[in-house]
Amino acid sequence: MKTILTVDDSASIRQMVKLTLTTAGYQVVEAGNGAEGLSAAQASPVNMIVTDLNMPVMDGFAFIRAMRKLPAYKGVPIIFLTTESDGGMKQQAKEAGATGWITKPFQQDQLLAVIKKVLG
Amino acid sequence: MGTPDFAETFRQEAQELLEQLEQALLDLERTPDDHELIDSAFRALHTIKGSGAMFGFQNVAAFTHGFETAFDQVRKGSVPSSRELIAVALAAKDHIRVLVDEPEAAEAGRGGAILDALRQAVGPAADPAPKEAAADPATGAGPATWHLRIRLGQDVLVNGTNPLLLLDELRSLGPCQGAAVTDAIPTLEEMEGEGCYLGWDVVLTTEHPRSAIEEVFMFVIDDMDLAIERVGAAEGGAAPVPAAHPASSNGEGAPPAGDPPAVKHEAEAGHGAAKTTASLRVQAERLDELMDRVGELVIAQARLTQLAASSTDTHIKSVAEDIERLTAGLRDTTMGIRMVPIGSLFGRFRRLVHDLSRDLGKQVELATIGEETELDKTMIERLADPLVHLIRNAIDHGLEDPQSRAAAGKQETGRIRLIARHAGAEVLVTVSDDGRGLDGERIRAKAEELGLLAPGTALTDAELYQFLFHPGFSTAHEISAVSGRGVGMDVVKRTIETLRGAIDIATTPGQGTQVTLRLPLTLAIIEGLLVRIGEGRYAIPLSAIEECVELSAADDTRSEGRSFLNIRGDLVPFLRLRELFETDTAPDPYQKVVIVSSGDLRVGLVVDQIIGSHQTVIKSLSKLHADVDTFSGATILGDGTVALILDIGHLVERGQAREEKLKARQVEAV
Repeated sequence: MKTILTVDDSASIRQMVKLTLTTAGYQVVEAGNGAEGLSAAQASPVNMIVTDLNMPVMDGFAFIRAMRKLPAYKGVPIIFLTTESDGGMKQQAKEAGATGWITKPFQQDQLLAVIKKVLG
Repeated sequence: MGTPDFAETFRQEAQELLEQLEQALLDLERTPDDHELIDSAFRALHTIKGSGAMFGFQNVAAFTHGFETAFDQVRKGSVPSSRELIAVALAAKDHIRVLVDEPEAAEAGRGGAILDALRQAVGPAADPAPKEAAADPATGAGPATWHLRIRLGQDVLVNGTNPLLLLDELRSLGPCQGAAVTDAIPTLEEMEGEGCYLGWDVVLTTEHPRSAIEEVFMFVIDDMDLAIERVGAAEGGAAPVPAAHPASSNGEGAPPAGDPPAVKHEAEAGHGAAKTTASLRVQAERLDELMDRVGELVIAQARLTQLAASSTDTHIKSVAEDIERLTAGLRDTTMGIRMVPIGSLFGRFRRLVHDLSRDLGKQVELATIGEETELDKTMIERLADPLVHLIRNAIDHGLEDPQSRAAAGKQETGRIRLIARHAGAEVLVTVSDDGRGLDGERIRAKAEELGLLAPGTALTDAELYQFLFHPGFSTAHEISAVSGRGVGMDVVKRTIETLRGAIDIATTPGQGTQVTLRLPLTLAIIEGLLVRIGEGRYAIPLSAIEECVELSAADDTRSEGRSFLNIRGDLVPFLRLRELFETDTAPDPYQKVVIVSSGDLRVGLVVDQIIGSHQTVIKSLSKLHADVDTFSGATILGDGTVALILDIGHLVERGQAREEKLKARQVEAV
């Protein structure tokens, strides 16, 4: 079973992501910010990461950059959540090493489609 | 386990966030410049907006979006967090709470009023409305075939993109065929293990619109090269024919029937390219000094390579190889620095043509082609005078006066074209006119009059035109102030020869003359082939060599009296350099022939041994040896000995002259 890490400071988003993914047959690990996400990913391997960008303590950009520095996480898909109005953040996140994004607000099937796209 | 109540979770979360926002706003009142606080407030707004839209609180999302946009001005530092602003922001926060907790209780119009007040507080700021996704353009019914050229960014693998999944996704759109493009795969040393070097060529037949294909690549499309072309009708499989290479500019020898606007356009484009190069001014002497030093380095490196070759120490060998590679790179770079576009030279002639045209009463139009062609700086400087002579000659002798042109059915305006282009290791510079062409009979008459030619001698056109380069030779009926004094063409020839170049003349009576200067790219260092004749070693410029063959014993005996070699059906005359250089050591049992060419002519040079290629740093011969025409210079070999550089132009001329003599003798014998 594939494990997906969701990193978001919004508990409601985490909850929604978790429900959607567990229903689709994935295992889900949660983290409230980048720093928590980093330790969770190092504690036990995950196959994919869905992260918010705007978070306290360690934001999404720093988190993605830190993940890409870990040899085990080179090539692991990292998807970030963004809004249409974020503009330049998309490019910034991609430069940090992200694989793709999901535009907020999103529906559950949109989330699954993106996960299928990058995770196969 | 029931479905969690997202709305309830959101309400709780919004409570916390709104408290965080309130705290931040209140603290900001005391420390208006605290970035931490501003970020914290902004983050709270951002999350409320994002989650609100997700869980059905559209009013909350819309209002918070307005709030966020206004507050963004504060975050960017363009507006200070003033007391007034914070007061409005707090009111806005309260409004969000109402919208979240009891939306029914919200007063209509209150939100709008607060947003207006907020906007006023931060001054005029554009509120970028969320972009609507562009609707797919309507597509025609039925499947279409697309040709995709896919080249992903090199770091996609590290960033988690799996190209296989992308290809699978393409396949889900419809039947498709593809092949990997491997031309960008670097050598093993340069390859990074995690880089993506493959590209793909895919032909896909699908009923989905083009946007669906683009959507497959949505995450990588900004960092990749993706060409999507529709292939005619939906046949599938048929890849489009790649665009033909643009026709190379037809330079020398082209009849003046060329399309005038096209020529102009090309010249302008070239001019632009020559102009826009960013540059750094360096004193010319410094460049010369650099080139000298690189030359010395190449010689020293050749010595090192020779020493290393006789050593058994593999470390020394590997260092020698490194130094050889680095030296070659340094040499190429240094020579590259010395290269300047010939356009700088061509530019000088516009004025010359203008003045000549006025003085001679002829209408002349100058077109320049290939101005971006690069040549060694020294070469360009020394080309100026010869080109002035050639252009003067072309306008004065070549072009007719307007009346004669009109009578001959030509445009009254004569055309002079200056064309530069690369051809192998040479640069060809052509001066062409669309005038009357050379008059072979008059040249012959003049040559006979000057006693240069016995009456009735059979000569090829090319040989006849060579008389033009004879000192004091002029066929102009009247000597004009511009040309016709017979000085010039011989000077031109001599100058070009000192540049190790050659001159070709082609002419069509009534249509014009083309004089082409063939010049080496650089004066300082050439790639040479080192050969041995007797005990001496000689260098042959590699650019002149066509091939090397063995002189078989059969050829050798058969050739007694007639020195010809059959090269794939062509008879090529050959010169025995052992005889030419009067070598008295015993010849090698197997003689080799190096076939060299100059212009359209070829000769074979028979040598004892071919040693190999050699970086030849050209040292000119002293003035004492100015009369020696078989050699164009000398070079120093790795062991410190000197090798002479063969002058191919002269040797080819010599070999061909002998051929003519032999032919003549054969004709007599028959």
